[in-house]
Amino acid sequence: MPLLNDRDREAVRTELAKMRGPVKLVVFSQALSSTADLCQQNEALVREVAELSDQITVEVLNLAIDRDRAEAYGVADVPAIVVEGARDYGIRFLGIPSGYEFSNLIDSMIVASSGETSLSDATKTSLQALETDIDIKVFSTPT
Amino acid sequence: MRLAQHMAVASDRVRATAIEATEFPELSRSYRVQAVPKIVINDRVQFEGALPEAQFLDAVLRAAGSGSS
Repeated sequence: MPLLNDRDREAVRTELAKMRGPVKLVVFSQALSSTADLCQQNEALVREVAELSDQITVEVLNLAIDRDRAEAYGVADVPAIVVEGARDYGIRFLGIPSGYEFSNLIDSMIVASSGETSLSDATKTSLQALETDIDIKVFSTPT
Repeated sequence: MRLAQHMAVASDRVRATAIEATEFPELSRSYRVQAVPKIVINDRVQFEGALPEAQFLDAVLRAAGSGSS
């Protein structure tokens, strides 16, 4: 059963038309774990989204098998999605991005496709001057 | 998450992870998530609720150690 209805699909397709380059969604799953069902739903959602733009490719990896890749991406839990544009910008989703986070997933793909953000010049200048690594975790719930 | 992910794209130093709190109860408990959105930066600076860009940036800079904490 599709997770997105026809109206959602059309809205997402329209949004994804703003993409300016290729984006790869690297999905981490683990079939033999307590989160197997969630992983399956997550993969299904990502595949449905990927069908809505030619710019999107999907790679599904197994957390238990593809350990080197998981470590390189800093992924330790599943289900997880890495959103990569021209390079890995460090955008991760842990858990199925539903509700408000689904909109953020779509937005992250548009931003990663061009590398251009809507941040002010002052913010960009401050961020580019950072001398330490910054890890931002955003906890949310589906609404 | 929107601001965080834009910041990740704007800087190689920044990583942004959206976490679905109900699917990761242990992680959420360890970060004492009681209201969402809850933002935790470098396990050092944290706040609940959405902030305007300038204040979010200020929190990032505090976490980086270049401001008062």
